[in-house]
Amino acid sequence: MLRINNLEVVYQKIIIALRGISLDVPEGKIVALLGSNGAGKSTTLKAVSGLLAGDGGQIIDGSIEFQGEVIDGITPDALVRKGIFLSMEGRRIFKGLTVEENLTAGAYTRKDRLNIKGDIEKIYEYFPKLKVLNNRKAGFLSGGEQQMLAIGRGLMAKPKLLLLDEPSLGIAPLLVKEIFQNIKKIKQEEGMSILVVEQNANVALSIADYGYIMENGRVVMHGESAEILANKDISEHYLGIGNENSGKEKAFRRRQRVVW
Amino acid sequence: MIFFFQMLINGIVVGSIYGLVALGFVLIYRASGALNLANGEFVIFGPYICLMLMTALQVPFLVALLITLIFSAILGLAVERIVVRPLQNAPVISVIMATIGLSSLLAGAVHMIWGHSTKTFPPVFPQTPLNIGGIIVTPVYLWSFIVVLVLLIIFSIFFKYSKIGLAIRAVADDQQAASSMGMSVKFVYAATWTIAAIVAAIGGVLIGNINGVNPTMASIGLTVLPVVILGGLDSVIGAIIGGFAIGILQNMAGGYLDPLVGGGLKDVVPFIIVLLILMLRPHGLFGSRGIERV
Repeated sequence: MLRINNLEVVYQKIIIALRGISLDVPEGKIVALLGSNGAGKSTTLKAVSGLLAGDGGQIIDGSIEFQGEVIDGITPDALVRKGIFLSMEGRRIFKGLTVEENLTAGAYTRKDRLNIKGDIEKIYEYFPKLKVLNNRKAGFLSGGEQQMLAIGRGLMAKPKLLLLDEPSLGIAPLLVKEIFQNIKKIKQEEGMSILVVEQNANVALSIADYGYIMENGRVVMHGESAEILANKDISEHYLGIGNENSGKEKAFRRRQRVVW
Repeated sequence: MIFFFQMLINGIVVGSIYGLVALGFVLIYRASGALNLANGEFVIFGPYICLMLMTALQVPFLVALLITLIFSAILGLAVERIVVRPLQNAPVISVIMATIGLSSLLAGAVHMIWGHSTKTFPPVFPQTPLNIGGIIVTPVYLWSFIVVLVLLIIFSIFFKYSKIGLAIRAVADDQQAASSMGMSVKFVYAATWTIAAIVAAIGGVLIGNINGVNPTMASIGLTVLPVVILGGLDSVIGAIIGGFAIGILQNMAGGYLDPLVGGGLKDVVPFIIVLLILMLRPHGLFGSRGIERV
């Protein structure tokens, strides 16, 4: 459904953020994009949703295809109409608007205005907390509630491909689990494809079908989620998953990597 | 006492017009963070065109007003397209400087086309003043007040419930997030400048009917500045209440203090009050401090 080919992006014409990454999001699947800070995960999502220009970024090589059509160079609002919706990092809900207005804003490009009321109710079923707060200004919500709102706002656009940028950022671990379970449920019920960027690899891989690991603007590893989780080497190097006792071993492996 | 009420009513009427003009100012600030310092020139273009249509071409008032509004909308769109859009990614201060240049340009154009003398509107509203319990209210004042009130109600409904209103508020809140919703920031900018130019023209026509039209009317752009600062730069309700407050203060000062010092205080008092209020409330009476999560 989404195919990125050898994509290269620079910021301010000098800082290289992506050095030729390729990835695939198959129809109806959840794909997790993992990696440390500055690996280029958010840049990838912004490139797909056409929002690079606002940050001074530029695609210099490679291509992005959505349902077989090349989509780089298309304006953000046209991309939303085509069915790609990015829920940005840091939630970015409209603080001065009420919860309900935020959800309505998500449906901005939709033509079927009559169904919006019903769809808002559906979001309230996924996230019952939002219903209680529906008339509150979104800026006064807690971090977790804001994240639910940000995801709900994305669903209101009825996208074919939902891009989620760090939905776990700054949220209590228990709530993170709840939100991710909800994401999985939503995917099954709405039948959309999801590309989720995460630092919290464990929880992301627990719902994803497929995972990509990025480092320094490149994809260094990809495979089925179960495969990645099972591979001890990878989970310790890139994802910080490992048991406490393997400290020594870990240090050895790191050193070995530097020698490479 | 009657004198007091007389001043109060004058203040309320003039203040409501200030509020209307300030609304355009606030809209542009909220959407793009820029101050439109050419707002005063937006105000004078309207009445001059309306007047020209009525006197030279003998067009009836309502038709002339409609044409004036269409022209103002085009003026607003053109300014957004030619002056503001090329500076979209430039610092906000560049946009503000550009509006200063624009104001000189438009002021010069007004002088060139229509000259310096004060022109009066042919009587549009009934002339016989109403006498309400000893207080004299001319129909112009009453009508201006009604028009402003209706407009303000229409605008608040527009912002609260319409799709474009929602987009304007969303863009004001977070531009990048709004464009990720599929909202076109360019469209929202164009809409705010158009609305600002239209409300400025309506305000100008009303003031023109009350006081006559001359180029110094552009100073309302300067008077509106304390109005919006008083109300809080980003608050629509603040602009309206600030408008009333400044209008009333100005007329009270004009009525009671000017005779004592020989005139001139009318224009100074609003600024003094604004200074005092800003010392106590730096964000204005209704301005948002921004919602911060701690």
